[in-house]
Amino acid sequence: MLERPPLSEPSLDQPTTDVIQGTLDLLILKTLSLEPMHGYGMSRRIEQISRGVFKVNPGSLLTALQRLERAGWVDAEWRQTENARRAKVYALTRAGRKQLAAETADWTRRAAAVARLLGAEA
Amino acid sequence: MSLWRQLSRGLRVLVHRPEADRELDAEVEHWLDQAVADLVATGLSPEEARRVARVELGGTLSAREEVREHGWERVVSGAADDLRYAARRLRKDGAFTSLAVLTLALGIGAATAIFSTVNPVLFERLPYPDPQRLVTFSEAGTGGARLDVTFGTYHEVAQRSHAFASLAVLKAWQPTLGGRDMPERLDGQRVSAGYFRTLGVAPLLGRDFTGADDRPRGPDVVVLGHALWQRLGADAAIVGRTVTLDDTPFTVIGVMPDQFENLLAPSAEAWAPLQYGESFAPDSRAWGHHLRMVGRLRPGMDREAAAQELGVIAGSPLAELPRVPWADLSGGLLLSSLRDEVTQAVRPALLAVMAAVLLLLAITGVNVTNLLLARGARRQGEFAMRAALGAGRARLVRQLLTESLLLAVVGGVLGLAVAEAGVRALVALSPAGLPRLDAIRVDTAVLAFACALSALIGIGVGVVPALQASTPALRAGVERNSRRTAGDYRRTRGSLVVAEVALAFVLLVSAGLLFRSLSRLLAVDTGFDDAPLLTMQVQVTGHRYDADSLGYRFLEQSLEAVQGVPGVAAAAFTSQLPLSDDLDIYGVHLEREADPANDGAVLRYAITPGYFSAMGIPLRAGRLLDEHDRAGSPRAVAVSEAFARAAFPGSDPIGQRLRFGDREGDWYTIVGVVGDVRQTALGLTTASALYVTPTQWHWVDRRMSLVVRGRGAPATLAPAVRAAIWSVDKDQPVVRVATMRELVEASVADRRFALIVFEAFGVAALLLAAIGLYGILSVSVTERTREIGVRSALGASSRDILALVLRQGMLFAAVGVALGLVLAWAAGRSLAALLFELPPLDPVTYGSVVALLLGVSALACWGPAWRAARLDPAITLRAE
Repeated sequence: MLERPPLSEPSLDQPTTDVIQGTLDLLILKTLSLEPMHGYGMSRRIEQISRGVFKVNPGSLLTALQRLERAGWVDAEWRQTENARRAKVYALTRAGRKQLAAETADWTRRAAAVARLLGAEA
Repeated sequence: MSLWRQLSRGLRVLVHRPEADRELDAEVEHWLDQAVADLVATGLSPEEARRVARVELGGTLSAREEVREHGWERVVSGAADDLRYAARRLRKDGAFTSLAVLTLALGIGAATAIFSTVNPVLFERLPYPDPQRLVTFSEAGTGGARLDVTFGTYHEVAQRSHAFASLAVLKAWQPTLGGRDMPERLDGQRVSAGYFRTLGVAPLLGRDFTGADDRPRGPDVVVLGHALWQRLGADAAIVGRTVTLDDTPFTVIGVMPDQFENLLAPSAEAWAPLQYGESFAPDSRAWGHHLRMVGRLRPGMDREAAAQELGVIAGSPLAELPRVPWADLSGGLLLSSLRDEVTQAVRPALLAVMAAVLLLLAITGVNVTNLLLARGARRQGEFAMRAALGAGRARLVRQLLTESLLLAVVGGVLGLAVAEAGVRALVALSPAGLPRLDAIRVDTAVLAFACALSALIGIGVGVVPALQASTPALRAGVERNSRRTAGDYRRTRGSLVVAEVALAFVLLVSAGLLFRSLSRLLAVDTGFDDAPLLTMQVQVTGHRYDADSLGYRFLEQSLEAVQGVPGVAAAAFTSQLPLSDDLDIYGVHLEREADPANDGAVLRYAITPGYFSAMGIPLRAGRLLDEHDRAGSPRAVAVSEAFARAAFPGSDPIGQRLRFGDREGDWYTIVGVVGDVRQTALGLTTASALYVTPTQWHWVDRRMSLVVRGRGAPATLAPAVRAAIWSVDKDQPVVRVATMRELVEASVADRRFALIVFEAFGVAALLLAAIGLYGILSVSVTERTREIGVRSALGASSRDILALVLRQGMLFAAVGVALGLVLAWAAGRSLAALLFELPPLDPVTYGSVVALLLGVSALACWGPAWRAARLDPAITLRAE
């Protein structure tokens, strides 16, 4: 593992430090699998469900959403929200569902392996 | 699916950038609003909530920027920005840009044009399947001369060799196409049945020749070339119909495809079977050295192995395949690849021209390098400033890269125009022997290569100043570039100018050597008087001349008619014309030598008696042939001086007898010795020649050249002379009308081609070198303004200053010339094949080029030197 500088103040330069590298896509896909949602809602949902462990920076989230949309895993649509404002709402596509399943399986496998390794060491 | 999304979304952002930005803004704004609403719900005041939300969001701007930085379209629009900036910079620097672009265009254009011309000839695959398996044969004659093969040799090789999948022989055939308004002489070939199969091409329509076509007294069948078929109406039903060739109806059995390139006779457009038999008498035409032979190696067989097998065959004659003495293969059989065969005549000229363009490309490269370096030096301040403002190295390099690429592209586009024009000029100028003219076109691959090369130069060169500017040491000195770097630049650019001068020297010396060779060649005594001569070829074809006497009558009558044309001083027929590719060679048997072995090759001319006086060939001894030397009277022969010297050293040839053409026939008595004539080329020493009258020869030559000595300009006589011949028989084609001058000129076309290219490139190189010299001195004078001011303040006269700058410039020139001498010495040797009676180190050429280069350099230095000499010290010193 690379050594990283200690985290202090949330820095503009390191927007994704709060989320484990490479898991942001998985978190987004999972969140969207529950229901279509806009960006802010997603960030709140991730924060709430992870009980504040993960804090998502809007820049990273919106960039990731753009990437996922281009990959064809999510669709985006401008919708009227309940308080009569327009919001960009993201929804999972069929391809996105497949990707979520694949990534979930992959993650579980890795996590289990890491857990086993840590257990063996202890 | 996702690739499509990538492309379409990215394109949408690129095309509707403001709309995409608005959308992003709205999304971020919405995010902010939601966050504020949530915070207000927790009890914060709206103002406080907005502040906290902004902090959390990390600034709306930066979030937006982060998203915008993502995606491939970002790279594209970044590049577009760079490009816009580069274009603006280049426009602002007009003088530099136009000079660099023109130089690049010249280099790229010239290189592309030359490579496009040379490529199909020297490098491209020949237009046949497995062309590397195609070989041609020749017999080794005395002194290593390459002779065409005899049919007997072909027959024996075909019987005995196992190295070849297929073999064929062919000879030129010039039938007259009749049944139309004007008699048209076609170029064609008589070929053995396997010719097209050997090349690996099949007819477009109809069928190929078969063994049944190719036997004595076989059917009169013909395969037409595509262009001829088009001229005849392009009717697919032509197969099976007849066309009239030499008064004989020939059945069309096939039509060749349009893309068929007949490299062994590019102008041929009709093919008929050779129709030689399996058995042939030793004296028959079959044993003449008059056939070209081509073969296709068996798969897996290489040329060396095949040559070895041929060597064995040549060295072991079989009783059942008897040979004749003049084709006994004692010298062996020579094998060469088809490519070498078709390109050997022009290869030296093409290679030289290619070397020339490489030199020119090098010079243009050096010149652009120099320009970019000078510009880089001037822009040090800009780079240092930008580096200080936070531009990373990568950013600066990318910017410069874009500028270089833009230059290369603009130069490349202009270069394409230059190349187009150049290719056209080259094709127009090209020597007659240049094969595959139709295949020559601007080669896009070469163009792309040249552009890439110049871009590479641009990048390599342009990046250095940026890298230097962004080094920390220089960041400190934003205000002025350091002395050290300026010195570095001067040294680099100095050596580049030296290189330019040296390369220009090589090109100019080569051009000079070619020029001097050519003028020497044209000054060669041809042995005849070319100025007043008009020549043309007359055919004696058709059944109406089946009887030889009628053929002779036709020649006699046409000659009379021509002599009656006003302005004609003299006229005569000859079976072969000097410097016109005619080549008719026989073995000779001298009576005094008992052994009737092949006694070397001599040129045989059947001439009407007025030939020598019409051509202006002098009589050296004895008498000329005259009208008494006719059928029935004793056979008389006039010999050339070279023959007399070689065959009768120290003794009088007059009265000696010899036999040629027919080994059992009558003896010819030598009645006269005439001057030597250059038959094959100006540069080749004359082969021995024998002259007889047509009526004393064994057969009528069906193709005779008419030489007409005019009183005025010979070219103007052509229509009247042609009309005179047609007044005798309007069905006989008259072709190859040319003045003797034109033939002489055409015989040196390959050298002239090389010369023109070298001259043009040499002048371009000279100009570029002068510009380079001028440029470096100008910059140097500007940089040394202060020093010059000090010098003149301390009492240096303007003459001293002038000398100072001139000395600096001329030092570059002198070093360049010295380096050029060495390079030219090496280059001159590779040019040797194109030189004529000129040592590669010709002092006159070297001397004049040194003088020319130094003179032009002095001129180029004069401007900056003059400017320096007139600097006012009061002003320059204050300026600092």
